[in-house]
Amino acid sequence: MSALTSLAKALAVYSMAPQRLTVFRHLYISSTPIVIVPLTLAGETNAPLAAMVGSDRARPNLIVTRQPRERAERLNFAGRLASELLFPIETAAQRTQATSSGPNARVRVVDAPQIWVPNPAGVEFVRTLGRMTRLRQTEGPWAVPKKVRELGIWLTWFAEQAEFADTGALIAATRAVAAVWATGQSDLEDGNLAAQIAWLDPPEGMDVASAVSRAEDPQLCPPAGPATDPTFDRLFLEPALRDLATARTPAAHRAVHQRLTAMLEEQMRPTWELVWTAIGLLADVPEAPRVPKRWEQQRDRFTSFHRYVADGGRPQAKRDNAGRSAHRLAELEQRKAAFEAQRAYDDPLVIADHRLTGEAFSGQVVKVDATRRVPGLRRSVLRPLVLVATGDHIHFDVGQHVYDPARNGQQAVIESVAETEDGWRVALELQNRMGSGQTAKPGSVPALGEDVTYTSVTETFVRRRPWPAREETPWTHGGPAPDSAPAVEDAAEDWS
Amino acid sequence: MSSIAIARGRGFEAKVKADGCAELLRLLREHIRLPVAEVHYHDLNPTDTDDRITSRLRRSQRALQAAVESDEPTGTLFDHPILQLTVNGVQVRIEPDLIAFKLGNQFFVVEIKSFAILDGAADSGKVAAAAQQSAVYVLAMREMLQTAGLDPDMVSDHVVLVCPKDFSNQPVAELLDVRKQLATLKRQLNRMESVESILRLLPPDLTFDLRLDDAGQPTRDPQELATAIFQVTARYSPECLGACELGGVCRSEARGTVAVLGRVVREDLGGVDSIKEAVELATGLREPDAGQRQAAELLRRAYDMREAALGAAR
Repeated sequence: MSALTSLAKALAVYSMAPQRLTVFRHLYISSTPIVIVPLTLAGETNAPLAAMVGSDRARPNLIVTRQPRERAERLNFAGRLASELLFPIETAAQRTQATSSGPNARVRVVDAPQIWVPNPAGVEFVRTLGRMTRLRQTEGPWAVPKKVRELGIWLTWFAEQAEFADTGALIAATRAVAAVWATGQSDLEDGNLAAQIAWLDPPEGMDVASAVSRAEDPQLCPPAGPATDPTFDRLFLEPALRDLATARTPAAHRAVHQRLTAMLEEQMRPTWELVWTAIGLLADVPEAPRVPKRWEQQRDRFTSFHRYVADGGRPQAKRDNAGRSAHRLAELEQRKAAFEAQRAYDDPLVIADHRLTGEAFSGQVVKVDATRRVPGLRRSVLRPLVLVATGDHIHFDVGQHVYDPARNGQQAVIESVAETEDGWRVALELQNRMGSGQTAKPGSVPALGEDVTYTSVTETFVRRRPWPAREETPWTHGGPAPDSAPAVEDAAEDWS
Repeated sequence: MSSIAIARGRGFEAKVKADGCAELLRLLREHIRLPVAEVHYHDLNPTDTDDRITSRLRRSQRALQAAVESDEPTGTLFDHPILQLTVNGVQVRIEPDLIAFKLGNQFFVVEIKSFAILDGAADSGKVAAAAQQSAVYVLAMREMLQTAGLDPDMVSDHVVLVCPKDFSNQPVAELLDVRKQLATLKRQLNRMESVESILRLLPPDLTFDLRLDDAGQPTRDPQELATAIFQVTARYSPECLGACELGGVCRSEARGTVAVLGRVVREDLGGVDSIKEAVELATGLREPDAGQRQAAELLRRAYDMREAALGAAR
């Protein structure tokens, strides 16, 4: 967190109204998001109880297990969820376009699926259910339908994507909302989707304070799951499960199951509505300029993973080997750095945060030499000099590189820093993005009197040395990893 | 906690302890690689509902000490002993849901938990809580041995954690190093303010007594009890909500202070306690006092930048 975020929270309490943390929304929002609201049985490792899933707010599909304690029924549940999820994935994968018109053009899906869950625990549900189903075999004594295994592979992929800072594949609603608005409560309380939305969209005619205390009453606003409310468990769920286990005739079983379905729907429906409200609120926030480009990259990732799965790709291993871990770590870091920089370049409130921590400064151009040239290797090169007067504290050193977000990250070198009576003067030598002509192309050099911002945050990607091939994994990383073919025992893994 | 989760946890524990801890022995042999040939099983559970805790404590102490003094090579399992720990000069009895296991001249604390170890990894928060809890038992057992004039280091600083494996109900055991938790615990116990010195700060007639009647029903006026509670200033932080049933009470008492937003926010706002004050310093409605100048300047700058950025977007 930063001083700006903390101040926004204090302002939210003071005014009893949510405060914006960013001017733009930095998350892509699909026009057809897939929402999953899962519920699990308490005390077990991912025993699915029910899920509400779909892309139509008015018509959620309801999946309720017939007996949460039976292994076969759990796989049956996974199969039903697979039918709901694999269809939109396949549909998205079928609609493709060429990335360019040249001979080297690749294919990219027109739109990729985007899954929403209420909270981070929902992401964990997706990950664990993926782990549970992807290592199953589709033939042999413990055979499961092909779609169950495929669901596992896809859920694992979505859960892995959710770890990236710039993800648009699997989104926890509470996190997406908290990235845009500060509410007047702690992060812990913001983890309750109902309490968070109470700040942003209180029920008609209710003030925020009453809406929040209403949201904290599990009788009125059931928890967003996957864990159910303990009181609900004791009063309703436990008796229903007992009746389910003791029902002797199919008719009796059906009657109990109907009761169970009704009560679980009642528990999930409010959360379902809240997730859609969150999506709607976020969609109304203007999208940041660099969002489409990032979504394009996400579509590429989806396209290539779909090809991998379609070509009969193996399920992900139980644990990453050293090579894959190193790859993933590097990708996590690189995508996080790029995302941070892109947000800063796009959003005045994010750059303000960097200004407060001394990683950026804003000011006015008080002097400019746009035609200055300095001797280069063969001939002289254009290196305009710009003098900026600023009230921000300058923590930069002479010789340090800074970038201009307004000019697509134009690089400048700090020539001198001087403290004056009313602030600081920074002299900068511009390095690039001025065209190849004798003089700078119009607009590429800041004009006298212009308000400018420079930051040390950069999205330029530092190219690293290529990774060693798998068979050349060094001994420091355990040497070449053995093949991660799923073991036969995995298919027989207990799920009870 | 959910009744369903509690039932499942009990079921799992019963499974591990069934038939004189047969399953647990297998785990100790195969997972922890202890050379256990055969063991005695010593049941220290209450014999009936009238079994008093003091007599159970005496029984537990006798059994554990007798085990130390015998030099029989076989292992011994003590199911559900009562332990005692000195906290601030007050002897506190603890009834841990544990098994103490003696092999050779080593005691191990065995902790059975119902959260799963999935692919060799478990929820880090739950493991940390289990480690902390076990450290208390290790310390209590050591204290007991010491009081009896025996070597406290016989109690191992590694505890055995038994959990369900992956998605199944099958147990798996891991050794958990609790040396760090033990050190923290000892430091906390040493630094603890004595109850007497805290009591001196409170009104002499303050009491939280519920005034139970003979049937065990509270007879105290709730309003009066609430007044008594509010005489003690809340030291609230958002984490309280998950750990204490009075969390909501303290939160409402702390309303308007920066504490309700969490520790990080408090630090970011430069230690200004009241939200109103922080906002007024930021907006310039209030002049900072000598100690607030630096915090106020940061808040002013942050507020101005915020307004400028939002204003440009409007």
